[in-house]
Amino acid sequence: MKLTEKETEILEILEEDSRLTPETIAKMIGLSEEETKKLISGLEEKKIIVNYATTIDWKKVDGHEGVTAMIDVKVAPKRGVGFDEIAERIYRFNEVKSVYLMSGAYDLSVVIEGKTMNDIARFVSEKLSTLESVLSTTTHFILKKYKHDGIIFDHEDKDKRIVVSP
Amino acid sequence: MKMKTLNSYLSETVINMKPSGIRKFFDLAANMEGVISLGVGEPDFVTPWNVREACILSLEQGFTSYTANAGLYELREKISEYLFKRFDLQYDPAEEIIVTVGASQAIDIAFRSIINSGDEVLIIEPCFVSYAPLVTLAGGKPVSVSTFGEEEFKVNPEILEKYITSKTKAIMICTPNNPTGTVLSKKELEAVAQIAKRYDLLVVADEIYAELCYEDEYVSMPSIEGMKERTILISGFSKGFAMTGWRLGYIAADRVFARAMLKVHQYSIMCAPTMAQYAALEALENDEDVLYMRKSYQRRRNYIVQSLNEAGLFCHMPGGAFYAFPSIKSTGLSSEEFAERLLLEEKVAVVPGNVFGQSGEGYIRCSYASSMEQLQEAMKRIKRFVQSL
Ligand SMILES: Cc1ncc(COP(=O)(O)O)c(C=O)c1O
Repeated sequence: MKLTEKETEILEILEEDSRLTPETIAKMIGLSEEETKKLISGLEEKKIIVNYATTIDWKKVDGHEGVTAMIDVKVAPKRGVGFDEIAERIYRFNEVKSVYLMSGAYDLSVVIEGKTMNDIARFVSEKLSTLESVLSTTTHFILKKYKHDGIIFDHEDKDKRIVVSP
Repeated sequence: MKMKTLNSYLSETVINMKPSGIRKFFDLAANMEGVISLGVGEPDFVTPWNVREACILSLEQGFTSYTANAGLYELREKISEYLFKRFDLQYDPAEEIIVTVGASQAIDIAFRSIINSGDEVLIIEPCFVSYAPLVTLAGGKPVSVSTFGEEEFKVNPEILEKYITSKTKAIMICTPNNPTGTVLSKKELEAVAQIAKRYDLLVVADEIYAELCYEDEYVSMPSIEGMKERTILISGFSKGFAMTGWRLGYIAADRVFARAMLKVHQYSIMCAPTMAQYAALEALENDEDVLYMRKSYQRRRNYIVQSLNEAGLFCHMPGGAFYAFPSIKSTGLSSEEFAERLLLEEKVAVVPGNVFGQSGEGYIRCSYASSMEQLQEAMKRIKRFVQSL
């Protein structure tokens, strides 16, 4: 979809900080607040803006430590629907956080989150491997998140500049 | 023999030099908690990682010795290519480019190489604080030429011409300007060039903010017809490349000037820091971040200028750098009173315009090199402060 320059600017701005109000964004890109609101609604309707989420480091919250695993899944694609049908079967599960179709040694990369390793093991053996077109799975547990979606966790970003300078 | 008072040993030139007016606000602001500073004259971005990493690599590989006086040849070559690609300038890396310790040192050796005792240098104000003191240290006489808010702080050729005497040696210009953000168009540069040619003057052009130009294509002084021989071009990595602490800048000028400046440079500095030169090499080779930073400043500029105007402080839309320079005349306060009260009452630090020259009186400099979060809060506080007056 071809977007106007202003629409692209809105996306770039919101992607960095979705808390900025239409009023502020309007000033940043030199449009009126009304025009900006309209463009944002348009982007939402077209599902280009999919949602406004917050990046949270759950590891820091007691009782929310959780476990994340990346699972390489090999599947047998079906005539007519290719990988889409099996991908949908998988991504509809709540514990599945993302699903990507991959080039290379396996087909789908599935990221799943659970409370314990057991939860994940159970999901893989009971739900995932039992799907008819799934040929094999390889599960990798994530030990530590350093950077996620462009955001560095535990990053000290204090302003180190002197307060007034020429 | 008993020693005289220590003061009496000092150079008269240095004794007579006024300390920068910025110092006072630094001391005030530095000791307060919860201050939002719009007083910072440097990028809020940390130097891009690829550049920092290149420096680390150079240290790992043991590049810790001196470089040639004029700087690493590869770096001068890269600077030469960059100046050609970006601004259509042609400088010979072997003889016309010197890598310096920031634009600051570049300005220093430029003045020291062209000024004879008593020579006058026309300084377009408001401007960066070090031009006049450096002219004085070089034995010259700085002559202030005012520009005005009503003319968006553009150089007015008629006024400029009035200050020319038989002693005038050079015109010092800076575009985009600190503190006004004003960018001179090709036509406006040509008007200055005309005067330089008519009166046979040099131009020292501080183009350190050239990468931060938001409206039209940037036009560089030496690219104006007949100006390459007359211009000493000053630039560097501090602003557009977010590398202030690296202390790396450069000079480009005709070889006659460059040779003279290299003599001064060689005896006073030897060469710019080697590790910073390796970092700069990477900064020029992979410069995608420059574009990202420029866009980010541009949006913040749009935001802050509109917000200042809404708060009741008239502010023209600056074409470049990262400063807004709103008028505070409507408040009836002087620049210093305004800045001091704003700091004490609302904890927002700005720099009073008069520290950049008398024609900056009635204005304040607000740097928008701060996060949107900080800018929004600062604008709220400034608005509240203006309403309280
Ligand atoms: C107009 C201008 N010229 C020169 C400089 C000095 O830059 P550098 O860090 O390269 O010495 C500054 C820094 O504030 C500036 O604003």
